[in-house]
Amino acid sequence: MTFTHLLSAADLSREDAVRILDTAEELLSVASRPIKKLPTLRGRTVVNLFFEDSTRTRISFEAAAKRLSADVINFSAKGSSVSKGESLKDTALTLQAMGADAVVVRHHHSGAPHRLAHAQWTQGAVVNAGDGTHEHPTQALLDAFTMRRHLVGGGAGPLGGKGQSLEGKNITIVGDVLHSRVARSNALLLDTLGAHVTLVAPPTLLPVGVDHWPVQTSYDLDAAMEKSDAVMMLRVQRERMNAAFFPSAREYSRRYGLDVARMNRLPDHAIVMHPGPMNRGMEINADVADSDRSVIVEQVTNGVAVRMAVLYLLLGGAAEEENE
Amino acid sequence: MSTTVIRNARLLDEDVVDLLIEDGAFTAVGTGLDAPADAHEVDATDLVALPGLVDLHTHVREPGREDAETVLTGSRAAARGGFTCVHAMANTDPVADTAGVVEQVWRLGLEGGFCDVQPVGAVTVGLGGERLAELGAMADSAAGVRVFSDDGKCVSDAVLMRRALEYVKAFDGVIAQHAQEPRLTEGAQMNEGPLSGELGLTGWPAVAEEAIVARDVLLAEHVGSRLHVCHVSTRGSVEIIRWAKSRGINVTAEVTPHHLLLSDEVVRSYDPIYKVNPPLRSADDVQAVREALADGTIDVVATDHAPHPMEDKECEWSAAAFGMLGLETALSVVQQTMVDPGLLTWADVAGRMSYRPAEIGRVAGHGRPIAVGEPANLALVDPSAERVVEATDTASLSRNTPYAGLTVPGRVVATFLRGRATVLDGELQEVYA
Repeated sequence: MTFTHLLSAADLSREDAVRILDTAEELLSVASRPIKKLPTLRGRTVVNLFFEDSTRTRISFEAAAKRLSADVINFSAKGSSVSKGESLKDTALTLQAMGADAVVVRHHHSGAPHRLAHAQWTQGAVVNAGDGTHEHPTQALLDAFTMRRHLVGGGAGPLGGKGQSLEGKNITIVGDVLHSRVARSNALLLDTLGAHVTLVAPPTLLPVGVDHWPVQTSYDLDAAMEKSDAVMMLRVQRERMNAAFFPSAREYSRRYGLDVARMNRLPDHAIVMHPGPMNRGMEINADVADSDRSVIVEQVTNGVAVRMAVLYLLLGGAAEEENE
Repeated sequence: MSTTVIRNARLLDEDVVDLLIEDGAFTAVGTGLDAPADAHEVDATDLVALPGLVDLHTHVREPGREDAETVLTGSRAAARGGFTCVHAMANTDPVADTAGVVEQVWRLGLEGGFCDVQPVGAVTVGLGGERLAELGAMADSAAGVRVFSDDGKCVSDAVLMRRALEYVKAFDGVIAQHAQEPRLTEGAQMNEGPLSGELGLTGWPAVAEEAIVARDVLLAEHVGSRLHVCHVSTRGSVEIIRWAKSRGINVTAEVTPHHLLLSDEVVRSYDPIYKVNPPLRSADDVQAVREALADGTIDVVATDHAPHPMEDKECEWSAAAFGMLGLETALSVVQQTMVDPGLLTWADVAGRMSYRPAEIGRVAGHGRPIAVGEPANLALVDPSAERVVEATDTASLSRNTPYAGLTVPGRVVATFLRGRATVLDGELQEVYA
């Protein structure tokens, strides 16, 4: 591997990303065995360091590490900052003292995993499990994995799309791009994998400088539907309307929500995705979320496999170096 | 007081002269001066003599945050940077919004003796932005306050700003505005641009500065008052100020060393050592403020020296404090960005870091030419020196310099305050009478 931490989707070359997806494909089969465990990371310690509540992501990483036989320590440090208790630095020094081989960090402040990885407070591999409004690279990997299984190599076979990228696929990401770490990581990773990304949002929810991103942007969801191979709906918090990002939840839903009429304009093979948790009735209609096109539950399943692959490749690679 | 003779100094990098200092003033300037046998002699061969530098924008943190800086440690850092006068900003705890607090700060500066500390008075009570502080009382106090600022916060209320501008005319005061539209910068962390979008940090848009600068120059024109714009950071602000000056509006402006040198690209590291308000801007903005300082649109360099304890910087970006040290590196940064590229001469530097700031701040006895009869406030600089900035090599109580590890040109060899050496051979002088 050419990376020692996973902080941003931009850390990954296409070769790295495809290798992670291929590894995840193999590891996915572990989940269907009666004994869902491999001995690969026995004796290694993975710390889940969560400064922000996210049961879904924590459980996913925990399951991934445990299925690889790693020792898992869950460290919930919600609200930790200089003003509220132990500092990030002291937390990092503590983890270092405990011998963490990998630190999976979720933080409400953008860049916190980057600080952990580069401030020389800890030597473990750092995996960004979502930082502020910055990135969430394993989410992007599991999204890409899900897309590849459905859109490449003749659909969701047991080894669908192995060795392949997402070259030429049209992916539409809709919603609160401004505040979305999922959108940032997906835009970077999907571009690396050769897909064409279109971000659709009201102008208020696209960041300044989005014209520098490797994507196209549109304010018109309807116009984007017919050419989309996958549509990913982002969570939109209702409170955003109080800061005048949009006038009302209803208006948002009308213009940027995915309902059945819009979904029916997708090509037949297209899939509907959502990183969760969903606001049903806001960005996605219940009938869409529960439709045959929806792969939302599958995304969760794939999340474990992809995170297993990331931990395996990060820590496995480190072990080989130590032995040399 | 004893006599000092300085030999072979390059006066403003022009003529090589000797300087005779007696009783705190220059008594002779010329070549081959005779000096009394007991005169303290300083060899200034190859050193540039500048008038003692004057900073319009320093945070000394006392009273209230003596863990970060005190008047004494701040003035020692100032002396090491070649300064003989600094303006202490009002955002202390308690706020410098009464005659009592400004006199306390002023006296602490005098007692320390390393540089004159001229307090800036708050514009509004407690920096609250709601009602005027007793500006007249501060002006009439022993500290003789002439510069008023809510720095750290913007006087965003247009009526309050208008009244403040009008009111200080009674005692020739100036309002130094921290231009930041508050609603446009709620939660702001860095310059708003492509990088803030990429890094997921809330943007501080240039328009939030420019909108206030535009409003304020129009207010200053309307009421015929004197306005000073703190830490100009954007090309748009430069253009507005240039326009205002062309209309004859009485506006002056400052730029910080860090806005002259650094662009927002360094924020990629997420290292809060680079977190400052206003934020580091684009490379184009850096170019614009350099040009503006060269052509005089921006009048002065002011440090915005802002000490913070380590724990407020060794943390997540968004949790960290805004601000960086500046006093001990300001002249080097100005040399690197302005003098060495040929944008300013050393005589220009004297104007922008001594004469003009003293004039704006209305401080007597500073910002005077090096000439017979003038107070002997002086900095001797070795422009051929190179040094690597080290965070721990500071007289400040804090270490939050953004330049650690950088090689910068120039070194302040000596500083004299009214004839007394505060720095000699680069070392602070505890007692020298």
